[in-house]
Amino acid sequence: MSAVADVPLRPHRGVTASGYLVCLGGIVWRESLRFLHQRGRFLSALVRPLVWLFIFAAGFRATLGVSIIPPYETYILYEVYIAPGLMAMIQLFNGLQSSLSMVYDREVGAMRILLVSPYPRWFLLVSKLVAGIAVSLLQVYAFLLVAYFWDVRPDDAMGYLYVLPALILTGFMLGAMGLAMSSVFKQLENFASVMNFVIFPMFFASSALYPLWRVQQSSEWLYYICTYNPFTHAVELIRFALYGQIEWTALAVVAGCSAVFLTAAVLAYDPSTGLTARRGGPDAAK
Amino acid sequence: MTAALSVEGVTHAFGSKKALDDVSLEAPAGAFTALVGQNGAGKTTLFSLITRLYNNRSGSIRVLGYDVRRTPAKALSQLGVVFQARTLDLELTVQQNLLYHAALHGIGRGEAKRRAEAALTRVNLAERAKDKVRALSGGQMRRVEIARALLHGPSLLLLDEPTTGLDIGSRRTLLEEVRRLIQQDGIGVLWATHLTDEIAAADRVVVLHQGKVMARGTPQELCARAKTEDVGAAFMSIVGETPEPRKASA
Repeated sequence: MSAVADVPLRPHRGVTASGYLVCLGGIVWRESLRFLHQRGRFLSALVRPLVWLFIFAAGFRATLGVSIIPPYETYILYEVYIAPGLMAMIQLFNGLQSSLSMVYDREVGAMRILLVSPYPRWFLLVSKLVAGIAVSLLQVYAFLLVAYFWDVRPDDAMGYLYVLPALILTGFMLGAMGLAMSSVFKQLENFASVMNFVIFPMFFASSALYPLWRVQQSSEWLYYICTYNPFTHAVELIRFALYGQIEWTALAVVAGCSAVFLTAAVLAYDPSTGLTARRGGPDAAK
Repeated sequence: MTAALSVEGVTHAFGSKKALDDVSLEAPAGAFTALVGQNGAGKTTLFSLITRLYNNRSGSIRVLGYDVRRTPAKALSQLGVVFQARTLDLELTVQQNLLYHAALHGIGRGEAKRRAEAALTRVNLAERAKDKVRALSGGQMRRVEIARALLHGPSLLLLDEPTTGLDIGSRRTLLEEVRRLIQQDGIGVLWATHLTDEIAAADRVVVLHQGKVMARGTPQELCARAKTEDVGAAFMSIVGETPEPRKASA
């Protein structure tokens, strides 16, 4: 037996203040490693919005006129209009994809390893969210870099910096939404179909592809759906932030939805209110 | 002395099916306790309650005296778990898997590396630290999971049917290593299994059947009760019996 083997593995000192940071760092580190190993995921996360930008926007540039609406002060190309929507789309996909990995994790048991950590469950879930946001920011800025060379860029280069807090907040909202949803599904198949039922309706019934006044012209009820769609507010928050402005309604909606979705996720993953409540307890047989 | 694990009067049901019915058992420190039961006996449900995947809403579960419901942080930091399903990240290296687990327990990078090396050496896999988990055999993966469970220096090691899918040689190695850990570190082990040949003479045995504790004691005591010399035969005989009345906590 070597000397190392004889070193006793003394009990660690348990939950500490600095341990919270170590725990958060570890979760973000693992998520980043996993992301780097999944090159296909990164590529598809990048190609998807670029297809919309290069093909869809180019095709529709002639047919869809965008009048001057805030935050724009001049006529803009359609590509410029849809860029914030595509950035939000990257985050929407990423948020749901992280949740997909939660469902997958739960199936292979890695989620169990996360949940037997002595740190509070809400903290573990928030850390998982932060890790997802970090990955989504990487994807969004990679998209912005390519878009820059396609002449899709904010008026002021500072826009890239201004948009960062907005992206963190929208990433938080969409990630928390995915997290709350993931707790409901036990199997990947269910979740895959929900992706279709969630992503596409959320994306199309929003201001991502067309301004809301355009929507109102064609359908009043669709306009209301778009107005109440949190994704619309995520898009608008990003759009205004790119131009150094704050859209207060969007900010309030995104912050409010983030709080609601996160609360739902924490409750769903809490052993006393979530899994146990649904999956059994001492009285379930009575 | 405080037991590494103490379960008292725990009942748990899923819908109309009672998975656990008034279960009480103890796993002392420095001893190997075999939780023996057939598939569906309630072993995994009990493990889920001990690890707080579900809350126990009746009875109490204590790890080294800490109640898992009231003081989950203290209880979970004393607990090392090897789940029935494989829980390693196949794309990451052995060391990366261990460092991630250490971070979940708030152990900083430098100390985590030292602990990872010590834990891997304990299961004779130190030289595989930089290999991807995917490259390991089933038995080696299990040993890495044991090393991972030991990283934070737990007082109690839970293993849920860890030999499932392993060949005879790997099973024997795994059992030998876990028994050596008990000698070396003095930790308590609760080993769930449906294979009675994994039980040794010095072990403590708890027989779980259809959610109820049917018997507990040394293998010799179980054999005497069933009037047989074979532990397997004793087990089969006992699960045909009616459950013993619940004992007051020790």
